[in-house]
Amino acid sequence: METLVVEQAAMATKKTHTLSGSQAVLEAFVAEGVDTIFGYPGGAIMPIYDALYDYHNKLKHILVRHEQGGIHAGQGYARTSGKCGVVFATSGPGATNLVTGLADAMIDSTPLVCITGQVYAHLLGTDAFQEIDVINITTPVTKWNYQVTDATEIPAVLAKAFYIAKSGRPGPVLIDITKNAQLQQFDYEGYQPCSHIRSYRPKPIIRKEYIAAAAELINKAEKPFIIFGQGVILGKAEKEFKAFVEKSGIPAAWTILGLSALATDHPLNVGMLGMHGNYGPNVLTNDCDVLIAVGMRFDDRVTGRLDKYAKQAKIIHLDIDPSEIDKNVKATVGVWGDCKETLPMLTKLVESKVYPQWVNRFKEYQLEEEKEVIHEELNPSTDILTMGEVIRNLNELTGGNAVIVTDVGQHQMVACRYAKFNESKSNVTSGGLGTMGFALPAAIGAKFGAPERTVVAIIGDGGIQMTIQELGTVMQSEVNIKVLILNNEFLGMVRQWQQLFHDKRYSFVDIASPDYVAVAKAYKIEGQKVSQREYLRGALTTMLNHNGSYLLEVMVGKENNVFPMVPQGCSVSEIRLK
Amino acid sequence: MQKQEFTITVYTENHIGLLVRIATMFSRRKINIESLNTSPSEAEGIHRFTIVINEFEEVVRKLARQIEKQVEVLKAYYNTNDEIVWQELALYKVSTDEIAEKVKVERLLRENGARAVVIRKDYTIFETSGHREETDKLVEVLAPYGLIEFVRSARVAIIKASHGFHEKLKEFEETEPGEDQVENEFLDKQNEVFTM
Repeated sequence: METLVVEQAAMATKKTHTLSGSQAVLEAFVAEGVDTIFGYPGGAIMPIYDALYDYHNKLKHILVRHEQGGIHAGQGYARTSGKCGVVFATSGPGATNLVTGLADAMIDSTPLVCITGQVYAHLLGTDAFQEIDVINITTPVTKWNYQVTDATEIPAVLAKAFYIAKSGRPGPVLIDITKNAQLQQFDYEGYQPCSHIRSYRPKPIIRKEYIAAAAELINKAEKPFIIFGQGVILGKAEKEFKAFVEKSGIPAAWTILGLSALATDHPLNVGMLGMHGNYGPNVLTNDCDVLIAVGMRFDDRVTGRLDKYAKQAKIIHLDIDPSEIDKNVKATVGVWGDCKETLPMLTKLVESKVYPQWVNRFKEYQLEEEKEVIHEELNPSTDILTMGEVIRNLNELTGGNAVIVTDVGQHQMVACRYAKFNESKSNVTSGGLGTMGFALPAAIGAKFGAPERTVVAIIGDGGIQMTIQELGTVMQSEVNIKVLILNNEFLGMVRQWQQLFHDKRYSFVDIASPDYVAVAKAYKIEGQKVSQREYLRGALTTMLNHNGSYLLEVMVGKENNVFPMVPQGCSVSEIRLK
Repeated sequence: MQKQEFTITVYTENHIGLLVRIATMFSRRKINIESLNTSPSEAEGIHRFTIVINEFEEVVRKLARQIEKQVEVLKAYYNTNDEIVWQELALYKVSTDEIAEKVKVERLLRENGARAVVIRKDYTIFETSGHREETDKLVEVLAPYGLIEFVRSARVAIIKASHGFHEKLKEFEETEPGEDQVENEFLDKQNEVFTM
């Protein structure tokens, strides 16, 4: 009652003042703790940029070179900071250029708030200059979107946008604001953050009986196996997860987006799942008796052939998104909830155990993989450089403390397989959508999200050429990122598939590169190219020690393949070592 | 298991663009919507979608969860035909001369549960409601006399076991979710998910 009186008094004294819609957008950002915006101006978003001119003390704006670069930077920022990425784009082409990034953020559950300008409300539907139906274009690739045509809606809509983007299973939100609403002056009553929408349930009250049922299965298990995904990171539950793993004594393997949630050298971290994952975790998925999936969604790249996936096992699935439970793999016990809450409840009920024999089987497979694949990849016996040895050297020099941003393809698989991570939120990659061109802009954002950390973008010669224009952003923003190009003069992953499954008919995978070092120089970025082993270590050291951004191009074996591999349509236990 | 007719009932906010958001849930999976109706519901301010599709139960269950996940959707239920009472409305336009001359109109109306909505010199419009077979039957009956126009509405359906949405809505409006609202109902009832 007392608080109510106080609140009412506060309301009465609260002065309304006039603001423009544009100012209201920026006020919302300030209230939500936004510090960095990635964007690109244009006609329909000019009023917001005009207002931004007066906010330069509170809001940093990074001018990108393409809206796709802007949204990938927003994603990188969100992934390393754990906060919501914020992106500006204008109407029409500016908005359509966001679509790839929205789709990427949607499938990888990255919280983003994107603001697009839109033509005047009275011009909607008239095919006006740079008018596009951005709401309908982005509906399938946004968690929520909304078009604002009246400035008075802005504070509440922005509050909803941030709440929806960040809560529950995070995702991208797009708010399209017509130019008249940006310009409109209205009585501003302050910003109220949103914490409840009646039709939206981001997380449930945990049902204890399911926790109990899960614990019972785990306690009875002889060969339990944990597989974890990005849910652990998004739920900020790394500590809770580690406690669960350590008490239960169960070996744990990660999906590509779960990477770094548990330190790579943790004794119970048995490696990577899926198509190019480690040998043991894939084979033993089809041998465990209880499979405990934490914050992961059984993507087809993880499961391989579904009808032969872990059929022998009882499945426990912890997820915050109820539509993921039973979607691909039927759960014996589904635990719907935030793993930050469910994991400690489960840890309490599970017995403290060790499974020496079972864990040893992972080690045996690991040894076989070392012998057949890893040793040669990391310590090649020929003069040709491998991607793996570059990563090994990088690990040794960074001590596993760097943020590694990867693009998509062979280098991504190699980097994720071999990079060492000591702390969470250190692996930034495009997992679900597999967006080539992601890494360079995402690395820029990743550095702004974690300015105190070393950020290394590992990119193939294909991916770098998709968003190479963002070197301009690197130059102008003076961000300090390390761009490591692993150049095999091929679109390597497609070439590998063509070799293995299409009789080596190399169809349009032979890609030429410019002189990257010269390109970097043109952008005032230092760099060098290395093609011999004796210079590799030194070049990596130079790159890491350089004061400012640096580009290092390493020429690696043209026709090296990534193994192990679960061929498409095969079961995880049919994983090939060569 | 084979495909069968399911009626999906979705309670939503009245929000521009939600129709597209829901429709893309189906089109993305290449599922044809047989019939779609939107209308107000028993609860003020809450909209009700009634969608009919032919699918496997497994697919419908997953679809209902994906629909319910949308921010503006409060609840999605799916039901087989024996769990609902449903109707479709149909209108038929025929030539008045033709019909008056050749048909015992009174009998036609009685036998088909139809009524005349408009009678003019040049044309007459009949209306009937019922299941698909019933409205189709009148098409067959009228076809020989030159059916000028025919239109049938989407299905509207009432779930037999439903107690309405008022109580549920109250829970949704609570800032702290109540027990019922947060239950893992699909886990409780396993296969009977979303059937109330």
